[in-house]
Amino acid sequence: MTPPLLRLAGITKSYATVQALAGVDLEVRAGEIHAVLGENGAGKSTLMKSIFGAVQPDAGMIEWQGRPITIESPVAARACGIAMVFQHFALFESMTVVENVALALGERTTLGDLARRLSDVSMRYGLPINPAQPVHRLSVGERQRVEIVRCLLQSPRLLIMDEPTSVLTPQAIDQLFETLRRLAAEGTSVLYVSHKLEEIRRLCDRATIIRQGRVVGTADPRQESAARLAELMIGHSFPQTERRAKREGVLALEVAGLDVQADGPFGTALRGISFRVRAGEVLGIAGISGNGQSELLSALLGSTLSPMHAVMLGDRPVGTLGVAERRALGVAFVPEERLGVGAVPEMSLAQNALLTGYGRGLVRRGVVALDRAWAYAERCIADYGVVAAGPGAPAASLSGGNLQKFIVAREIAQAPRVLILAQPTWGVDVAATALIRQRVIDLAASGVAVLVISEDLAEILEICDRVAVLASGRLSPERDVHATSAAEIGRWMAGGFFDAQAVAA
Amino acid sequence: MIGFELVRRAAPSRHMQVLAPVQAVLLTLLAGLALFAALGQDPLRAFHEFFIAPVSSANGLSEWLLKASPLCLIGLGLAVAYRANVWNIGAEGQMYIGGVCATGLAIHFQDSWGPFLLPAMIVAGALGGMFWASITALCRARFNASEILVSLMLTYVANMVVKYLVFGPWQDPQANNFPLTVEFQDDALFPLFAALGWEWFEGARLNLSIVITLVAIPLAWFFCERTFAGFQLAVAGVAPAAARYAGFSAPRAVWVAMLASGGAAGLAGVSEVAGPIGQLNDRWTPEYGFTAIIVAALARLNPLAVPFAALLMALLYLGGESVQIELQLPKSISQVFQGLLLMFLLGSEVLVRFRLRRRREGGSVQATERSVDAGARRSPGEGQR
Repeated sequence: MTPPLLRLAGITKSYATVQALAGVDLEVRAGEIHAVLGENGAGKSTLMKSIFGAVQPDAGMIEWQGRPITIESPVAARACGIAMVFQHFALFESMTVVENVALALGERTTLGDLARRLSDVSMRYGLPINPAQPVHRLSVGERQRVEIVRCLLQSPRLLIMDEPTSVLTPQAIDQLFETLRRLAAEGTSVLYVSHKLEEIRRLCDRATIIRQGRVVGTADPRQESAARLAELMIGHSFPQTERRAKREGVLALEVAGLDVQADGPFGTALRGISFRVRAGEVLGIAGISGNGQSELLSALLGSTLSPMHAVMLGDRPVGTLGVAERRALGVAFVPEERLGVGAVPEMSLAQNALLTGYGRGLVRRGVVALDRAWAYAERCIADYGVVAAGPGAPAASLSGGNLQKFIVAREIAQAPRVLILAQPTWGVDVAATALIRQRVIDLAASGVAVLVISEDLAEILEICDRVAVLASGRLSPERDVHATSAAEIGRWMAGGFFDAQAVAA
Repeated sequence: MIGFELVRRAAPSRHMQVLAPVQAVLLTLLAGLALFAALGQDPLRAFHEFFIAPVSSANGLSEWLLKASPLCLIGLGLAVAYRANVWNIGAEGQMYIGGVCATGLAIHFQDSWGPFLLPAMIVAGALGGMFWASITALCRARFNASEILVSLMLTYVANMVVKYLVFGPWQDPQANNFPLTVEFQDDALFPLFAALGWEWFEGARLNLSIVITLVAIPLAWFFCERTFAGFQLAVAGVAPAAARYAGFSAPRAVWVAMLASGGAAGLAGVSEVAGPIGQLNDRWTPEYGFTAIIVAALARLNPLAVPFAALLMALLYLGGESVQIELQLPKSISQVFQGLLLMFLLGSEVLVRFRLRRRREGGSVQATERSVDAGARRSPGEGQR
C-alpha cells in the first residue's frame, strides 16, 4: 500500500498562555479533498501553519510521502510541494496581478513569460484573471483567484485553503469548488479548513474534526448529517435562534440620498444610499466588505459627517452631528474590529465599559465613578456569560467570542433606540454566535431598531426581517427575507441589481 | 550569516514592566563605576563624590530639591501629554516663555503691585507656557503638522525671543551691556525657606516654589487616573480608533495634552526666574525642558513615579558638578550618565516586550528524523484563543 501523502502524529504546540494543539494526528491521501473542521480557536490555523512551516511544533512528527521531515519555513514547504492560500491575502494593491505573482515566486523570469503561464493555468482551472490588471481593481473573489493561481504555478502536491469561502458570493463558491474538484482529480490533495458544515458536506471526501486542539473524530462528511458534525465540532448540540413575532413601530433611522467619498485610495464611494429602519425590526445589509461598508459605517457612526438631512434619527436630522452627539441621542454601535476599536486591548473590562457607557451615570462631574464602571462591567459579564477573570481583566485577555459578547452587552446595556452592528459574529465561536444573534432578535422585539451589516449571508437570513445588498457603493432594492433566496442575494452581491434598477427606471 | 532577531513576547511580564526602570538605573550605576575606573579614578571614591557628597549637607539637599522641582513639574505635564500620544518635545521653549511672561510683570510692576505681584507672575507664567504650546496644538489639531517638529523648533524661536528681550528692551541699563534684566525685588521672588524660619536651611536657596510642584503631583495623578478627561486622553493614546468610535474628540485630546504640558513648563519657568535666578538672562536653564523628557520616560508616564525620576536626574546634574570640582573630571560626565540611563531604559523596555532569538537559516529543506516527544504532551489549555 502506498503511504499517505502527508501524515502528522502527535503534533503539539503551546503558546505562553494557551495550548493550541495537543497531540494532533492527521492523514491526507493523494488526490483527496480533506476537510479540517473546527470552531474558531480550535487550533485549525495553528495546525495549518505547522504544516506550512510558519509555526514550529513543540513536539510531534510530520511525514511527507512516507519520509519524516522537518519543515523549517514556508520556503521549505513550497520546495516540498506544499502551497497555502491564506484567509487574508497578502497582495500589493497598487501593483498588477503579474507583478504580485512575480514577487511571490522569486523566480528569474520575464513578466511577459510569467503572464503567459498565468493565463494558461488560470484558463485550465477555470479561474479567469487578467494578469495586467492592478490588484486594487479586483473584487475579493478575483483576489483569491490570484492567490490560488499563484500556488498552482508551483504545481503543488498539497494545497491548503484556510477558510476560503468567507469572502465569496454563493456563485463564486460554486466556481471555487469546481476548481478544487478538478485539482483533486488530477492528483493534487487539498486540505480544506472551514467551520461551514454545508460546504464541507458538498465538497470533501473525508473530514478531521478538531476541538480545543485535539482530534475528536474523523468522518465521511457526505454520510454524516450536519447536526452530527456540528455536535462533534462544538461538543454539544447546535443552538438554534428563536424568532419573535415582528411588531412594526415608528421610523427610527432613516438614510436618504447619502453620498460619501471613499475613505482611501482603495475605498469605495457611496452613491445615493437610502433606507429606513423602524423600531422593532432588523434590517440587514449584506455584501462583501470593501463595497462601501466601512464608509457607510463611518457615516452612520458620525466619524464622517454628511449633509444635515442625509441621516435622520426619528424626525431629528443628525448628518452634521459627531459621534458623541449621536450616541447621546440613543444610537449604539458594535464595530467590526473588536481589539483597538470596540475595545482598548490593554485596558480592563471596567475601563472598556466606560469607553462607551460613560453616558450611563459612570461619570460624575468629570470624575469617573470607578465603582459604577466596575458594576456595569460585572453586569455585562454576568448577563452574557462572558468568560473572563472579572471586570479587572484586560480586554486583550479575552477570546474573540467572549470579547464580542462583552461589547454587544455593553452597547445593548445603554438602552439604545437604534443599534448598528457590523459583522457581529465574525470570528466568533458557535455558542457565542447563537447567543449574540438571539439577543439582537430579542432587542428588536423589545422595540429597538436594529441594522446589521454583515458578509455572512446565513446570518442575515437568520436574524433580519428585510435585507438589501451593498455592492460597489450602491444599495440594492430591499427584500423581505422570506421572499428572497441565497441565490438572488448572491447575484446582487456581485452587483447584479444594477441592471434590474436600470430596467425599472 | 548569523544574526539575531527580536520576537514579540506573547504576554510581557507585569513584574518586569515595573522593574524595567529600576533595572535601567542599576545598569547605569554599574556602567558609571566602570566609566570612573576607565578615567583612572577610584570608582568608589568617584561614586561617593558623584552620588553621596552633593546631597550630604543642608545646602546640598536644598540644591537637589531646587533642581528636582522644575524637572518634576515639567515631567508631570509631559507624562500627561505623552499618555495621549502627543509628543511635546518643546517644553524647554514653553518654559522660556513662561519665564518671559513672569519677568515682564516683575520688571514693570515691581513697585506698584506689592504682595499681588508674585501670584500674578505665577498665573502669567502658566498662561505664557500654555500660549506657546497652543501654537503647536493649533498646528497639530488643525493642519495635522507633527507636534514633535513644531514644538522643538518653537523652542529655538523662544530662545530668540529671550535673547531679543535681554539684549534689547528689557536689558538692565546698569549691566554694562551684559544680557540681563534688572534683579527682581522681594515682591517678585518666591520666599526662601530660610526666611520663613527654617533655620536648618539658613543660607540655602530653596524657596516656596516647590509647593507648586508638591500640589501638582497629586493633581496630575488624579487627572490621569480618576477624571474622565484623563481617561479620554489615555484611550486616544493607546487606541485612537477606539477613541473615535467612542466619540472622544481627537483635536480636544491634542489641546488638553499640549496645554497641560505647556502650562506646567511655564510654571517651571516662573519658579526659576522668580527663584534661584532672580532675573531673566539669556542662559538661565540647564535644559530642564529636555531633561524632563527623560524624567517622564523613566517614570513610565506614571505621575506618582515622576518625583523619584526627577530626583534622580537632578542628582546626576549635581554629581556632575561635584566630580568636576573634586576630581577634575569633565562636567559633561553628567550628560554621559543621562545618555546611559536613557539607553538602558529604552533597551530594557524593548526586552520587556520582545525577546532576542538567534536568526534561523532560512530556505533549506531539512529532511531529518524527528522523535515524537510524547513526554512533552501536556493537558489541553483551559483558555482557547
